[in-house]
Amino acid sequence: MPNTLYDKIWNDHLVDQQDDGTALIFVDRHLVHEVTSPQAFEGLRNSNRTVRHPKLTLAVADHNVPTTDRSKGISDEESKIQVDTLESNCKEFGIQLFGMGDKRQGIVHIIGPEQGFTQPGTVIVCGDSHTATHGAFGSLAFGIGTSEVEHVLATQTLVQKKAKNFRVNVDGKLPLGVTSKDVILQIIGKIGTAGGTGCVIEYAGDLIRSLSVEQRMTICNMTIEGGARAGLIAPDEKIFKYLEGKPMSPKGEAWDKAIEYWKKLRTDDGAKFDKEINLKAEEILPMITWGTSPQDVITIDGKVPNPLNEKDEDRKNSLERSLNYMGLKPNMAAKDIKIDKVFIGSCTNGRIEDLREAAKILKDKKIAAHVHAMVVPGSGLVKEQAEQEGLDKIFVNSGFEWREPGCSMCLAMNADKLKPQERCASTSNRNFEGRQGRGGRTHLVSPGMAAAAAISGNLDDVRKYQN
Amino acid sequence: MMLESIKIKMQKFNTLKSIPAYLPIVNIDTDMIIPKQFLKTIKRTGLGKNLFFEMRYDDNGNEINNFVLNKNPFNKSKILIAGKNFGCGSSREHAPWALLDFGITCVISSSFADIFYSNCFKNGILPIILDDEKIKELSEYANRKEEISIDLSEEKIVYGNSKINFEIDPFKKKCLLEGLDDIALSLKKSEKIKTFENNLKIRKSWIFND
Ligand code: SF4
Repeated sequence: MPNTLYDKIWNDHLVDQQDDGTALIFVDRHLVHEVTSPQAFEGLRNSNRTVRHPKLTLAVADHNVPTTDRSKGISDEESKIQVDTLESNCKEFGIQLFGMGDKRQGIVHIIGPEQGFTQPGTVIVCGDSHTATHGAFGSLAFGIGTSEVEHVLATQTLVQKKAKNFRVNVDGKLPLGVTSKDVILQIIGKIGTAGGTGCVIEYAGDLIRSLSVEQRMTICNMTIEGGARAGLIAPDEKIFKYLEGKPMSPKGEAWDKAIEYWKKLRTDDGAKFDKEINLKAEEILPMITWGTSPQDVITIDGKVPNPLNEKDEDRKNSLERSLNYMGLKPNMAAKDIKIDKVFIGSCTNGRIEDLREAAKILKDKKIAAHVHAMVVPGSGLVKEQAEQEGLDKIFVNSGFEWREPGCSMCLAMNADKLKPQERCASTSNRNFEGRQGRGGRTHLVSPGMAAAAAISGNLDDVRKYQN
Repeated sequence: MMLESIKIKMQKFNTLKSIPAYLPIVNIDTDMIIPKQFLKTIKRTGLGKNLFFEMRYDDNGNEINNFVLNKNPFNKSKILIAGKNFGCGSSREHAPWALLDFGITCVISSSFADIFYSNCFKNGILPIILDDEKIKELSEYANRKEEISIDLSEEKIVYGNSKINFEIDPFKKKCLLEGLDDIALSLKKSEKIKTFENNLKIRKSWIFND
């Protein structure tokens, strides 16, 4: 029987299958960060359990770390306790940790691929919903809760039921100025935030294949915003090339064997999908979100919706609630939305290609006087690379702040946050109420669009600044 | 499977009787359930007072009177009825911890986000999926401040003279009814895990990072 890529990875990780469909699957790679792990380690200690495979686990502090000068440590007491707790837990249980002073430190979903810890055909989990990012390598990667983190630490397995197969095909070529961020926003707008519930999405089609490894990560990253458990893309030469020589990639003979296995990782012709949708790349435009759910997307040429046009009562109420929270009027043009802040970073768009894309727009330009803008590289290595290329200078010269790596204003757990009613063009992934600070208003955009907004002082069309 | 020797980890769930609280908002995300400033804890307890923080308190930290969970008798509700796609967003288990700490052990919605749904079961919370029509019917009981009862072993909700059946995965139901520790359950399969690992070392030696 022809199988999907997801079927294949699933079958290859089955440790046990109960009659009721509940399965025990093996976990090859486990990423750990400071926010969702302390209670898991405490659970292990309370029941006298150990970590089954410390070497299959990699830890990093990212959510709580300051993005300004770190030489004095963390001033917020609670954040400090959490980061210190991660450190002592890793020491106690023998887990490798990239601490705050390590240049390999960064956002958990950026450092995994960077180190070659993320590999095709593996099952990768992390106590974090954006784990789907790693699916760009053809792995089955998904977020888990803290109890499950404890379960994986103790058993290197997870209790799961198989999800449905959902394929999203994107064919064609993207117009100038349109990026993979716009593609995924478009997909979420189309399927809705619950559209993928109970499914694993495979992204396919010639547009997807034409994307770089990092662009693929942006797409898989936001799969969770469409409600799906995981998103993945069949690995190809680009992926193999990316992984070759990375610190944790297989070496020598093991590399050859791995490649041989990785090449078989694709959906068979005729495999059955429970759901399937098709998009034409040519029809995708630069997107923004106007509301408080990632499905609230419009094109930059578009207008904020009018609740009066909605028949569905739930939908109408939620539109009104969002408009009210966002401080927007129905039918307002996207380009008339004035912004106060710009945030470039996060596991969605904090990689080197993202920074290059934004820097290209900002080169020799100044940001609007009323705008406060910052770039937070996704990892120490991204930061280093960007500095070698002189991107930091472009950002700083245009008026951006250049920060230390971490999650930062993506979720505003550290000091980087919006004030009530401040409006931000952000390259992150969630525009929920209060996500970037209490009362803060978030518009999700691509890095190029964030740069354009910074220059214009309002949401604007990146194509305007492209030569 | 021998379950008798598995130690009990969470509160058993069997029956529950309470006036339900109704929160008619769709897509309630985990940031709304418990905002990030409360994720800095290293404990599982104590989050109940910050449940739905942004909706529950004003800028000065005072309770907002017309928010349902601030009103008597809903401030003692053990059952929450909410709009569809409840618990979307992040994987934070702080969301079910906050509900539990507040005293809510059953959430009823027409759909749940996957991770939140599975997190509930690890904490003795029963998430029930019903169609929108039934939800409307039940919400009337919230409006009239009347009790409804939930019977997990029978998979039914009893209200007034009526009852509704709901469905639940048999394995998850068993774990809830008996308050089982699923790590202990999985560790009972150690032999199978060992065999899998031995094969894996032969099939894909590179996985072990040795
Ligand atoms: S960057 Fe944002 S979405 Fe990504 S892991 Fe950090 S907080 Fe989560």
